[in-house]
Amino acid sequence: MFPRNFEYISASSIDEAVRELGNAEFAKVMSGGMSLIPMMKLRLLSPDLVVDIGRVGGLDQIKDDGDAVSIGALVRHTQTAGSSMVPDALRQAAAWTGDVQVRNRGTTAGAIAHADIAADQPSAVLALGATMVAHGPGGRREISADDFFVDVMTSALEPNEILTEVRIPKSGGSSAYEKLGRRGGHTDYAVAGASAWVDKPNGTIQAARVALTGVGTKATLARGVAEALVGSDGSEAAVSAAAERAIEGITVLEDLYGSVEYKTHLAKVMVKRAVMKALAS
Amino acid sequence: MSTTSVLGGVVKRREDPALIKGKARYVDDVKLTGMLHAAFVRSPFAHATITSVDSAEASGMPGVRAIYTSADVRHLGPLVAQVAVGKARPLLADGMVNHVGEAVVLVIAETRAQAQDAADSIHVEYESLSAVIDLKQAASDAAKTHSDLDSNILITWTAPFGADADTMAALVEKIAEAKAREDTVTVSLEMVNQRLLPTAIEPRSVVADWNDGYVEMTIFSSSQMISAVAGAVGKTLGIPYNRVNGIAPEVGGGFGVKLNVYNDEILMPWASMQLGAPVKFTETRREAATSSIQGRGWLATATITGTRDGEVLAYELDGICDMGAYTQNFTVAIPFLGVFVASGQYKFPTRLKLDCVTTNTMTTDAYRGAGRPEAIYYLERIMDAYSREIGMDPAAVRLKNFIPAEAFPSAVSPVGFAMDTGDYATNLEAMIDSQVYRDLFVERDELRSQGHLAGVGLSTYVEVCGFGPSGLVDLGFSWAGYGLPSAFNGSGLVRVNPDGTANVIIGTGPSGQGHKTTWSQIVSSQLGIEIDDIRVSYGDTKDAPMMVGTFGSRSAAVDGAAAFEAAQKVRDKAAKIAAHLLEASDADIRFEDGSAHVAGSPDKSVTWAAISQAAYQPHTLPAGMEGGLEAHAIFSPANATWPFGTTVCLVTVDRDTGDVQLRRWLSMDDCGNVINPMIVDGQIHGGVAQGIGQALFEEAVYDSNGNLLTPGLVDYPLVTAVDVPLFELNRTVTPSDINPLGVKGIGEAGTIGSAQTVVNAVVDALAEMGVKHIDMPLRPKRVWQAMNEATKG
Amino acid sequence: MQVSMTVNGRSVSGDVEPRTLLVHFIRENLALTGTHVGCETSYCGACTVIVDGSTAKSCTMLAVQAAGSEIRTVEGLADGETLHAVQEGFWERHGLQCGFCTPGMIMSAVGLLESNPNPTETEIRHGIEGNLCRCTGYHNIVKAIEYAGAKLRGETPAPAEWEVTV
Repeated sequence: MFPRNFEYISASSIDEAVRELGNAEFAKVMSGGMSLIPMMKLRLLSPDLVVDIGRVGGLDQIKDDGDAVSIGALVRHTQTAGSSMVPDALRQAAAWTGDVQVRNRGTTAGAIAHADIAADQPSAVLALGATMVAHGPGGRREISADDFFVDVMTSALEPNEILTEVRIPKSGGSSAYEKLGRRGGHTDYAVAGASAWVDKPNGTIQAARVALTGVGTKATLARGVAEALVGSDGSEAAVSAAAERAIEGITVLEDLYGSVEYKTHLAKVMVKRAVMKALAS
Repeated sequence: MSTTSVLGGVVKRREDPALIKGKARYVDDVKLTGMLHAAFVRSPFAHATITSVDSAEASGMPGVRAIYTSADVRHLGPLVAQVAVGKARPLLADGMVNHVGEAVVLVIAETRAQAQDAADSIHVEYESLSAVIDLKQAASDAAKTHSDLDSNILITWTAPFGADADTMAALVEKIAEAKAREDTVTVSLEMVNQRLLPTAIEPRSVVADWNDGYVEMTIFSSSQMISAVAGAVGKTLGIPYNRVNGIAPEVGGGFGVKLNVYNDEILMPWASMQLGAPVKFTETRREAATSSIQGRGWLATATITGTRDGEVLAYELDGICDMGAYTQNFTVAIPFLGVFVASGQYKFPTRLKLDCVTTNTMTTDAYRGAGRPEAIYYLERIMDAYSREIGMDPAAVRLKNFIPAEAFPSAVSPVGFAMDTGDYATNLEAMIDSQVYRDLFVERDELRSQGHLAGVGLSTYVEVCGFGPSGLVDLGFSWAGYGLPSAFNGSGLVRVNPDGTANVIIGTGPSGQGHKTTWSQIVSSQLGIEIDDIRVSYGDTKDAPMMVGTFGSRSAAVDGAAAFEAAQKVRDKAAKIAAHLLEASDADIRFEDGSAHVAGSPDKSVTWAAISQAAYQPHTLPAGMEGGLEAHAIFSPANATWPFGTTVCLVTVDRDTGDVQLRRWLSMDDCGNVINPMIVDGQIHGGVAQGIGQALFEEAVYDSNGNLLTPGLVDYPLVTAVDVPLFELNRTVTPSDINPLGVKGIGEAGTIGSAQTVVNAVVDALAEMGVKHIDMPLRPKRVWQAMNEATKG
Repeated sequence: MQVSMTVNGRSVSGDVEPRTLLVHFIRENLALTGTHVGCETSYCGACTVIVDGSTAKSCTMLAVQAAGSEIRTVEGLADGETLHAVQEGFWERHGLQCGFCTPGMIMSAVGLLESNPNPTETEIRHGIEGNLCRCTGYHNIVKAIEYAGAKLRGETPAPAEWEVTV
């Protein structure tokens, strides 16, 4: 109900926030707080210092940045879900994140940095081949989405690094996100979900990226599916065959919402649905 | 407002203005001067011995005022319970813990955060023991939950109720003969009616304030039975009942979780006495899950034997019911409520045996419906399976086996209970003759032709409620366990004030049922006083003549009847006064629109203000008449009431994922006369939603070590607005004959009549694949697994 | 730490710990107890308030995060004796029973209608997905929000189900 005591700093710049993060033994950066605060209330996480970047200027916009769409660290799920600049997969994933109040406060970058296996947006940024921009004591660095998700609730961010921007390349093609939620439909966290990006300029799929959520320890690229899709005609039969490779290289884990067998099956279903939806859009 | 329309008409709720303005007061809103706050250290183990408690660090922390363990409270004895069969709960764990979440240490500090900080710094060491969790293992006594009990089986309930050994043997033989007949089929299913967390949205909260000057204990508690709480506090701490002010202000949902006496409700008053300051405890959602009572938890096999043309010859239910580690208020009596309705609304011979076992889990007790949803679930699921087996319309099979309307009133059920009134065929026929019912099948078939898996499910139900009759005290229907040996009577005090307004004090403990409104209607119907001039109150033991509380859909049928009778007494006296003032005969006095007039002469009238002025100026009264204008009535019904009904729903199932979508819901309920249809329908909406929640989502999951894997709303999904359709309600009206209002009860009917309807519909959708049953909750993973196994053969 | 914000149009300030949640600041420091706490995981929505124009769960915000913000709670909705249309809708259409979830539910409905003045039934249901009610089955809450929507649009609300003779 109450977090343990901690020190709080409202940073006015990212540089200041990074500096402050280095000053405590266990510091956490907070944007919307939708994931962090409940964990602190349950005392599953008790940082000594919380560095709030909520008032840092210039991070709350989605911008057209030439070859990429830039989503700032403070862009809320509601903004992501409602922006025509954002590709469908991420837009849909943001729209199906939590509930209205959570979407009003929570941030896309925060959900990605939190790296929860049941969250929607990590698989979308993977499929879209996004780049994560992090700021740390050594300055700015870029991390490919492929390398960003490391393990259970663990990202490639260093403890004193802050995810400041998510950059979605303008790669053309089309994308989609599909999920089965815990109460069925698109509700709540994902039991399993898949994001797909496909580029099919003429009758043949030239490029594809597909990613899964909910089935292993982290959002993961389904490389086998993409491999099978490329060069195919994108027919339902071809997509079904490709979807069979959904969990190649992924260790599927059981939880309250699905056995290994079920989640394995569901991964294929979600992959197929996401790819078909992307092809249709 | 005319008296005739007051009963049966929609009146907007009297309680709403405070609630919608945010001005209502719940217990956690209570703030007293110098108030301290409590937090508990709770067991992370299901079964363990406590080897040490180290609170050295915590005792020096900021704001900490006291730290208590069992050594401090052992002399008070264990927690009192109404039905004390099984192991009583120690107020704080005494050398041993028996479920995850059991209270071990109590910390009192100046703020709630400080109390929690200190509780976190207390180090308790445990030596873990193996836990008894599995019901079949528990019933086998292979391992004991409590080493000092002879058996894990605390009690075994059987039906027919009260049958002796010879009768039972004869019934068993008769059933065996039916099974042996060549023209019969026997259908049997082992089914789980899973554990649930009642989950009122308001967590429980207690504030206790001992005053040794006034020599009185004030306890605010979010309780459905504040009189029993006050009784239990008094009994445990040695304070007479009349010096315990039990107050249940606004209660944010009950559903049975607040129908109990908890250790915190004893410990806060005790701590207040120790510390000379008010003490508050509000549970967290996690504590509500692990340490407030849970519901259901049955594993049973239902068996029907019947002919191929739909005549059921016998129904049997054999099962195990999970009581948890300790016995609280009604614990072992809950399955007994299922015994009452074991044979439902049917005439066929019924045999039941339920073993109530103790396990290393949180106590189970009353959750909305309490024993009756479980019993009806098994019966109506197996009726459905039997109908399917013989290829008959499930509605036709039910019609063939109903107790006929001619058997009422006071039809005796096959398990031995007299039922007040009933007309089951008329109710079911009203459903199946309706256009919406026919539409549902058209819609189902259309969906099927489009390639969807679609199904329609139907269930009928009967429930027993309105407790109750004074004669049931020997079966435990009283608060004698808390030192209050009163039957579950209704109580109503009606007082007309000198200005002509009225106060009504009733014995209920509502948590959203709209009693202020309904009772205003009841009293207004008898006195003709405008509803705006009637103020209804409850929930304060000091002022109420007598209180039982709200549970078992009893309030209107019992306390409603009491207020009705009290109002009649006031009316009779007022009629005499009016007759005196109008120089007429009291038999000719009619009450309407806030005044009394002489029948046939509307001009000859006096207002209630004039009548009450006379009542409080005794020299103006007829010779020999006492002053004042109030009456109290106790109502003890001759029987419980037995509502009934039919529910139907349409579902689709996603072939690829097992995702169930509930598309339409139809109800045809019969709760006797209806006082306020808006409120009655609201009760049905909420009750049905909880049944749907059990069918689709909810499950309290313990692992084999006794860890609760679903200790909050993240992993215990409740139905949200997106999960249910609009409910299409209708009703038949078969008045009860055991109370003057002709009402039955509607608080639990929705829940009792609904979970099996959803399962029946899903089985209908999947029947083509050969699926015969899926255990609740029908989460996608289970439905998919059932489809997968069925198609694999 | 010292925080200041505007609550229901009134400037308020108070001394809080960094860990003080916005809901506790509202309930304890400001004694506005209409905003409720039903869980600790941001699921039940009983604590919903409007922060700078959009709904938020005040149990999942630190009071210090709200410094300088404009907060609206259920107590600030009515204009004197005149109820807000959403409050009126909940009363007229029996959109509440125990009332515990109601303030949060009402604030979510206000937020919904401010961003979408003419929502469909489905949009209403999705708009209140983050507010759990255990009493009503949501049926009359949907009706209450439909009523309020009509009032706010200057239309005559559809009659209540009990006003329609079948």
